[in-house]
Amino acid sequence: MADVIEVGAARDDAPPPAGHPRRRGVTERGHRATPYLFLAPYLVLFLVFGLAPILFGVWISLHQWDLQLPNRPFIGLENYRDLFSSDSADYADWWSSVRATAIFTVLSVPLLVVVPLGLALLLNEKFPGRTFFRAAFFAPYVLGVAVIGLLWRFLLDANLGMVNRLLGAVGLPADTPWVTDVPWAWVSLVGVTVWWTCGFNAVIYLAGLQDIPAELYEAARVDGASAWDRFRHVTLPGLRPVLLFVLTTTILASANVFGQSFLITQGAPGEQTRTVVWRIVDEGLRNYDVGQASAMSVLFALMLAVVSIVNFRLFRYRED
Amino acid sequence: MIQNEMSRRRLLGLGLGLGAAATLTLAGCGGGSSSDKSTAAGNGGKDYTGPKVDLKLWNGFTGGDGDIFKKLVEQFNSEHQNIAVSVITYEWQDYYSKLPGAVTSGNGPDIAVMHMDQLATFAARGVINELDDVAKALELSEGDFAPTVWKGGLYHDKRYGIPLDMHPLGLYYNKGVMQKAGLDPNKPPTTKDEYTAALTELKKSGIQGFWVSPFQFTGGMTFYSLLHQWGGTLFDAEVAKATFNSDPAVEACTWLVDMIKQGFSPANVGQDADYLALKSGKNAFNWNGIWQINDLKKSPSVQWGVAPLPQIGSQKAAWANSHNFTIVKQRAANENKVSGSKVFINWLSQHSLDWAKGGQIPARKAVREGAEFKALPEISALAPELEYAAFPPAAPGLGEVMTTFYNSFNEAALGKKSPKQALDDGVTKANKQLEDNRKKYGS
Repeated sequence: MADVIEVGAARDDAPPPAGHPRRRGVTERGHRATPYLFLAPYLVLFLVFGLAPILFGVWISLHQWDLQLPNRPFIGLENYRDLFSSDSADYADWWSSVRATAIFTVLSVPLLVVVPLGLALLLNEKFPGRTFFRAAFFAPYVLGVAVIGLLWRFLLDANLGMVNRLLGAVGLPADTPWVTDVPWAWVSLVGVTVWWTCGFNAVIYLAGLQDIPAELYEAARVDGASAWDRFRHVTLPGLRPVLLFVLTTTILASANVFGQSFLITQGAPGEQTRTVVWRIVDEGLRNYDVGQASAMSVLFALMLAVVSIVNFRLFRYRED
Repeated sequence: MIQNEMSRRRLLGLGLGLGAAATLTLAGCGGGSSSDKSTAAGNGGKDYTGPKVDLKLWNGFTGGDGDIFKKLVEQFNSEHQNIAVSVITYEWQDYYSKLPGAVTSGNGPDIAVMHMDQLATFAARGVINELDDVAKALELSEGDFAPTVWKGGLYHDKRYGIPLDMHPLGLYYNKGVMQKAGLDPNKPPTTKDEYTAALTELKKSGIQGFWVSPFQFTGGMTFYSLLHQWGGTLFDAEVAKATFNSDPAVEACTWLVDMIKQGFSPANVGQDADYLALKSGKNAFNWNGIWQINDLKKSPSVQWGVAPLPQIGSQKAAWANSHNFTIVKQRAANENKVSGSKVFINWLSQHSLDWAKGGQIPARKAVREGAEFKALPEISALAPELEYAAFPPAAPGLGEVMTTFYNSFNEAALGKKSPKQALDDGVTKANKQLEDNRKKYGS
């Protein structure tokens, strides 16, 4: 509130625009309402599609809630307790899906942060065919997960797939179970995801790189800085906000992995590659236990919130 | 894939698809007579004389035989001036997720096609209506259907589904591959001895003849069939306890997993790889659903045949499921729509021979025993299996329990656990899920 009034007051001090004499009261009211009016469209959307469903979800998670069953008894924290007590039917599935999601996130995020950065540095250089390569690396990202999922499932098939055949042709083992056994399934899922989405992060880096003033590089060069020094002391600091953005969105995107394991490994072996989002979808839409699914969502959101806060803290620390 | 009855093979295969969502509307001639003769519950589907009704029908028939369903509905609409049925198609996987929400919000269909094993869930959840009066008015009884199919439509002794068709697992064989190994391509194996003898011959020619998939489609359903062949069951009679770790179940699972150990199947068979290998001449035998017949017919270069499953265990058995018609409860009950729906179900049930051409075995005995059905060689070849088909049990909320069952097999087939260990672990988990279901649905 205080900020808003301050802004309004500051504006009042400014001379009125020529040719627009204004009546004080009306304008002041107008000033006060203006930020809210500008905010209103988003605020309405946020309330209706953001905040309200979140609160409703929390409410549902405290009930034994089923879309059709008539009674939806309030059961307090029982849905949450189920996720923490080892004798419930949901316990093992839930924590195995958290484990799967954690493995995927820890393996994929570093690659999805570093590989696109290298790619962006290369694509930022001037060389013939640069536009072509920029398009080529971005291209997989425009494909849907169903397309890349089916494509890679067949390419990676242990017995019929192209990947094993090529490996065999160059004398490497040709029977690696890429999609039916761990750790190979993780290699496949992470590899496919990097191939699929690294173009997106690269484009964001590229935009960030082009924002770094060329004079800084010139000055560094004049001072005798090597290529590594220029990267370390000019490029990286210049990219810090972009890095934070890329890191945060990539962690969230990786934690929400669903389609890749659903289509490529189908959870195999057993349920070892079934992820949290898959688990939630199953619980809510296939078992119709919306209460339990909401409890899972809330818990998962809290986990991700903690990770994001740590992430922001780390970057702020560096700035100090 | 989603390890339950609605997974991709089913989506691809079973479908009478209408591509995406085809909607047919037939401009009826405004046949609504002013005198409303319809009785409170209709007359069970014999006829409908009330004002014109528009009915929405949902199905999951996204496969190649969808046009047949569409034509049947068109024919029905042209014969019934006061009933106009429009069809909406979703993939089965989406279908069962969408249906509860649509019904709750009042946007659901009037008629819904469902798999037999889903009936109990939707009946217990109050989504669908009882249909005992339809069966009575149409004088349908167990004798008109295969008994297992007819009983599958019951939940708590009340009828909720009118069976339309049945789709069992069959033995698909690649004749070219059999010939290569010196086997008679017109005599697929029917017993355990013949089966292992054939596999041994194939192995001598360097062919792994029976690719065992670790996934529900098709390895899980193969194991399901074998478990019943060994005399086991998945659950006890009340579906209160899981029994798929019994001795017969473990023996059946061990036999199947040993196929991999003995080199009759490669390890780590991927989803669909078993079937693709059959088509491309790398695999000789694949236990797969009846819905693959139409797909194989599209590949004239493949020399193939289909036969009832060989008897490996102590008795014959084959996995099977069935499509049923159901009538969906509406928030605002409309007796005319219910009556019209019943007329439609009765009519289509009687016209199910055309459906057979789409790759299903008609549920009605009279149709099944007619000369026209027998003239469909591949499909009628699997009809004998109905005597001993093992349909999934009727209990609400069984979907996730079946997922547990198929995942147990997955772990055994991928060698992550011994068959005994995998099935024991699966049963422990399944029992907890069954316990939860009991609390949720009562009973």
